[in-house]
Amino acid sequence: MQEILEVLEKDCRATPEEIARMLKKKPQEVRNAIKKYEKEGVILKYKAVINKDLIRDEDTGLRALIEVNIVPQKDAGFDKIAERVYSFPEVTSCYLISGTYDLLVIVEGKNIHTVSSFVAEKLSCLENVRGTTTHFLLKKYKEDGVILKHKEENKRIAISY
Amino acid sequence: MKNIISEKVEQMQPSGIRAFFDLVLGMKDVISLGVGEPDFVTPWAIREAGIYSLEQGFTSYTSNKGLYKLRLGLSRYLKAKHNLDYSPDEEILITVGVSEGLDLALRTIINPGDKIIVPQPSYVSYGPVTELAGGLPVYIDTTKDDFKLTPEKLEKAVDKRTKGIILNYPTNPTGISYRRKELEALSRVILKHRLVCICDEVYGDLTYDFEHIPFAGIGGLKKNTIYLNGFSKSFAMTGWRVGFACGPQDIIAGMTKIHQYTIMCVPITSQMAAAEALVSAKKPVEEMKREYRRRRAFVVEELNQMGLSCHNPQGAFYVFPSIKKTGLRSLEFSQKLLEEEKVAVVPGTAFGGCGEGYIRISYASGMESLKEALERIKRFLGKD
Repeated sequence: MQEILEVLEKDCRATPEEIARMLKKKPQEVRNAIKKYEKEGVILKYKAVINKDLIRDEDTGLRALIEVNIVPQKDAGFDKIAERVYSFPEVTSCYLISGTYDLLVIVEGKNIHTVSSFVAEKLSCLENVRGTTTHFLLKKYKEDGVILKHKEENKRIAISY
Repeated sequence: MKNIISEKVEQMQPSGIRAFFDLVLGMKDVISLGVGEPDFVTPWAIREAGIYSLEQGFTSYTSNKGLYKLRLGLSRYLKAKHNLDYSPDEEILITVGVSEGLDLALRTIINPGDKIIVPQPSYVSYGPVTELAGGLPVYIDTTKDDFKLTPEKLEKAVDKRTKGIILNYPTNPTGISYRRKELEALSRVILKHRLVCICDEVYGDLTYDFEHIPFAGIGGLKKNTIYLNGFSKSFAMTGWRVGFACGPQDIIAGMTKIHQYTIMCVPITSQMAAAEALVSAKKPVEEMKREYRRRRAFVVEELNQMGLSCHNPQGAFYVFPSIKKTGLRSLEFSQKLLEEEKVAVVPGTAFGGCGEGYIRISYASGMESLKEALERIKRFLGKD
């Protein structure tokens, strides 16, 4: 059944009927499997991958990677403080990592001011946050396995044996 | 100026569908299901190895037989994958795709007038290359046997002048393949008449329903068999032009003689990339294979539902549906489909006269294009 996930990961618009054809299964079987994945939280969400660089809009947003040093809490370790961090809607990703700092947080804001004020006024002031280092993102080349480029032209000749 | 062109070339039949191909190439916004190569780009690790070799200044000739590293890699790969024993020193030759391997094999074994059996529908070059080598192709029509060569038909076609047979499976254009039992049945006829078997197994790794068995792996056949394969299809490396031929020492030595005078060696960049393919491309190759398998199921089901009946191809990336119920001839069907719905397919007649009434559809295209193209074909069928 894992192959259903492979198909959906490539194109979440593939319908149960189409997937059923590809995998030689009954549509109902596929529908049930997808429901089960959704219920179990294996499939969390269906979304489009958008190349925001191409949106001609002033407020397309700015991203920053923020290294956060935190003091772990008794009983809860890092989880509790991580929850306080990732609950902010500005935070798009949050990872606990090994190495010289503890949380890697990705923050999205309208511009440099909104991002910096989030860091200064919200993130840094949290109890247990010892320090932050902010890196503004300059350019995105690839995200979640997708290379952010225009569709490449077809390089094959149209007909061949 | 009349005699500039040799009689042999003069007499070669130009492909009857050249004009149709030109039509396709001249049209814009066509969805082409007529492509005989993967829609995937060569996996990055392989491309990177090619780039690295250039950076390092590997721009020279290699030995005629090909880079030892590549031959050794192949020898191990074939042993691990198919339990085939070929010595990298004497029994493997790196060729410019399977195309060159085929030409070398035929020129090495054919004396003028020798007959070579070719089951049809078949890949386009088998007949002409046999003729160029001085041989006589003998075609066997397989359309009534699910496109498979049967031992009975083979037995019937053999006579005293028969030197060999070209066996291609999974087959371009039909996608059919053979299971072990069927291969063993064929092998009995082949051994009985001591035929040389030229096996084009370039689609071998793209076999979906069962394991591909190389013909050379069938008992007693290794000494009769020239096993041809390449990196084009399974590793998505068509443009690199790397293939290989494995066979008995004397045959490979013969083929190497021609190769050294005509080709010298396969481009070193391509050989280095191919050597990398053997070690690092397992995962992307498996992913591509799964994707093809899903497309195959989808396309076969859709075609059958819209009334273009087709058998289930077991390998390659082709489906060969019958269009007989439309009352149109293959070329006519393909031309109309192109003009009215801008979908390109290859008329079955490109692969031999017995391909009349069929078209070849390639599913080496993204799901999106396949869906759209199938919609258009459905609309086309609904018109009359």
